[in-house]
Amino acid sequence: MEKNYTLDCYGLLCPMPVIKIAQMIKKIKKGEVLELISTDEGVKEDIPAWCRATGNEFLGIEEEKGIFKVYIKKMKD
Amino acid sequence: MDKTTLIVFSDDLDKVLAAFNIATGSASMGMEVTMFFTFWGLNVIRKDKPSKRSSNWMKRLLGMMNLGGADRLKLSKFHMMGIGTGMMRALMKKSNMPSVKEMISLSKELGVKMVACTTTMEIMGIHKEDLIPEVDMIAGVATYLENAKESKVNLFI
Repeated sequence: MEKNYTLDCYGLLCPMPVIKIAQMIKKIKKGEVLELISTDEGVKEDIPAWCRATGNEFLGIEEEKGIFKVYIKKMKD
Repeated sequence: MDKTTLIVFSDDLDKVLAAFNIATGSASMGMEVTMFFTFWGLNVIRKDKPSKRSSNWMKRLLGMMNLGGADRLKLSKFHMMGIGTGMMRALMKKSNMPSVKEMISLSKELGVKMVACTTTMEIMGIHKEDLIPEVDMIAGVATYLENAKESKVNLFI
């Protein structure tokens, strides 16, 4: 999937991916796509929940050999 | 803005970590977070050494047994004179989990407000100077309730 930034959360457990994504989203522009790489299966539910709570768009998730790539679009500045 | 309010009553390492997990998570969800530290929970936000000796012998005695500092917290079970807690700390480090001290600075970065309870400070002989600089204010039950009645998430830990 097309992306503007990648956030590497390899090996990090909850709540770290959500914290990192909240910090990163402040640094990027509206409409840009952020890719999160995580080994924590919790992100499958947590990132969509985070997107719903913060009003950002969850674009999808790719899973390969225990590594999750999650895509988010920033919806507001 | 949605609010989360947490009372941290316990100084058990596991419970305190759960509290910080919810606090940092809430802040990351865009919520306004306040943590109230009371009773044993004050130990989490105390400096490692007290600033001065208390004038009351019972407070002095309590101070000798009830040591403060985020690095001193024990597990609620399997502490085993420090062996269990040490192993848990090692396991957490291996899983890249932040320590309580790291959780405190992370919380501050995310804008979590930390409040110390005046009543328990007075009872236990803990002075303002004994608290870590990350503490935003000292206050009482009215401040907690003002926050709590507007909070969607309100927990006693």
